[in-house]
Amino acid sequence: MNPGKQLLRQDMMPHILCPGCGHGIVLNTLVRVLAKRFTSMDQVALVAGIGCSSRIVGYIDANTLHTTHGRALSFATGLKLSRPELTVIVITGDGDGLGIGGNHLIHAARRNLDLTCILFNNETYGMTGGQLAPTTVLRAFTTTTPYGNKEKSFDAAELVKAAGATFVGRGQAYRPDLLEELIDRAIAHRGFSFLDVMTDCTEYFGRKNALGGGSDLLFSQARGEEAIAQGLGEWPELRDPDGFPIRETVPMGVLHEVNRPTLEEMMGLAGYDAREE
Amino acid sequence: MATELVSGNEACARGAIAAGCNFFGGYPISPSSEVAETLAKILPGHKGIFVQMEDEMASLGSVLGASLGGAKAMTATSGPGFTLMQEHLGYATLAEIPCVVVDVMRVGPSTGVPTAPSQGDVMQARWGSHGDREVAVLAPASVREIYDMTVNAFNIAERLRTPVVVMFDEVLAHMREGVELSAPSHDELWRRPRPLEDPGPSFRAYLPNEDGVAAMPNFGDGYHFHVTGLMHNEKGFPTTHPETIRGLMARLKRKMDPLPFWLPAEHYRLEDAELAVVAYGITSRVAREAVDRLRDRGVLAGLYRPRLLWPVGAADLADTLGRFQSVVVPEMNQGQWVEVVERYLPSAVRVVSRSKLGGEPMTTEEILEGCREFVKKGVRAL
Repeated sequence: MNPGKQLLRQDMMPHILCPGCGHGIVLNTLVRVLAKRFTSMDQVALVAGIGCSSRIVGYIDANTLHTTHGRALSFATGLKLSRPELTVIVITGDGDGLGIGGNHLIHAARRNLDLTCILFNNETYGMTGGQLAPTTVLRAFTTTTPYGNKEKSFDAAELVKAAGATFVGRGQAYRPDLLEELIDRAIAHRGFSFLDVMTDCTEYFGRKNALGGGSDLLFSQARGEEAIAQGLGEWPELRDPDGFPIRETVPMGVLHEVNRPTLEEMMGLAGYDAREE
Repeated sequence: MATELVSGNEACARGAIAAGCNFFGGYPISPSSEVAETLAKILPGHKGIFVQMEDEMASLGSVLGASLGGAKAMTATSGPGFTLMQEHLGYATLAEIPCVVVDVMRVGPSTGVPTAPSQGDVMQARWGSHGDREVAVLAPASVREIYDMTVNAFNIAERLRTPVVVMFDEVLAHMREGVELSAPSHDELWRRPRPLEDPGPSFRAYLPNEDGVAAMPNFGDGYHFHVTGLMHNEKGFPTTHPETIRGLMARLKRKMDPLPFWLPAEHYRLEDAELAVVAYGITSRVAREAVDRLRDRGVLAGLYRPRLLWPVGAADLADTLGRFQSVVVPEMNQGQWVEVVERYLPSAVRVVSRSKLGGEPMTTEEILEGCREFVKKGVRAL
């Protein structure tokens, strides 16, 4: 049996994710890690923003907080400072975390509070119907770029690294085994850890760019698998039927890991508890 | 106890400490910054945490996160920042997370005049967040009252699990008054209702008690509950079921019902009055003097001073002012709370707005001038 299954709220099922979406794989991988790392979820809080990715926290039987669009990290900051003993994991998407919430992301990285932020990157706004995201690559079609995207996309990992995060990694839905290791290391890391997790939106991004169904998109992640297996691989370039690049090549694995004092250490919060009495 | 010379913003910060506030997340903005600056200095000595966030949305977000962890949490801002906080005020209302938001009003709209007073945020406080919602808004009129009402605000926020706004203006914020600040006793501090049952699968995080307020555990206490800004059922899980939504909205409104009884309006020389002035905040200080001067000249004037702007104590307002021929409402805006007075008084009462803009406080003379046309002939000239 899947060791993570006991952590799912059965009365919240069925989930809202589309057939072929990579988010379920990431959810499954996350609960496997949680089941392995924690005997109880009493001290684990999952905080999310708005979007397809952010809805997954509701499916996990823990302290779960589904906040406003883009602002999950600010809620997580207050929660972690008031209860430093909690393990706080932030779930966000590329629109949520890099678009409307981009400011909170860079400042959370700079503060180096001991949080883990997992960004589900499907290169589009899925829940609102497949619009342009800050991660949509040049020339890609979305419902708000009917003539192709003309804006350069963000490299989430490079951005967060530059902002001061002390652990940065990138994983993919195609390799849950490697993702499991990445999530485990990110949670274990003391300080702000960030994972850019590539998943696919078949219903909107895949369809708009004629990239095939869910399995086609998932297997497209497989090219470059050998390099990934060695720990630091590359997310392969993907071209649409006309030969235009849809996805740029980006490195995978642990991309950055350093140690510097966390915000709670700087504040001297060992043993701090905001509860009264 | 010694009398001290204290500014409104300092009194607010010290009221927060007296109320047991142990988390402040904020962003600097005139004319509220001294609230943050004072708390940055004194919170660490009171086992509290101060954090300066990257903007006002994050400020209130951090406050709500801290409150879910069990903290008594607060932020302070002014007009432009208050606008940015509206989203999280709505969230706190629906998710029922206790918090206190201080809004020091300055001239708007937009950047306006950052260091000059106004009372322009009265309607924003009520309707600034999308969707129908009730909100508690307290309007202190002196430095001492800012201290007391900051304590009141924490009590209400905790007791009713709701955001509470304490609203005053730049003059009160920066004005220093001689005050004795006596801290409330532990018994005078209210705390959010705690669940009586142990954690378990049958726990329902949004199952209300008789008073419409649900017990609230902290994150990390073993109750695995879900908090969301989506419409939700008693378990806290998302729903689009119309009956459930109607029930939730009705309960959120009903639970605020005790507020006008907890913070009744002040009636000053109204008993035998023939002319009523309605004023709140800094304007009520001037209006009180105007009432006294009218009385000195033989005009039977009185002052009705709401201390709670929202929700409106409509019954008391109508009972007290329904018998008047004329009610004068001076405000430092284009006429906001005057609409409330009009709404709840019979149409036979003539309700008149006296508005002042421009960033200067109302003067006694201006209120006297505003009352002139209602003074009977034969009474000594004003």
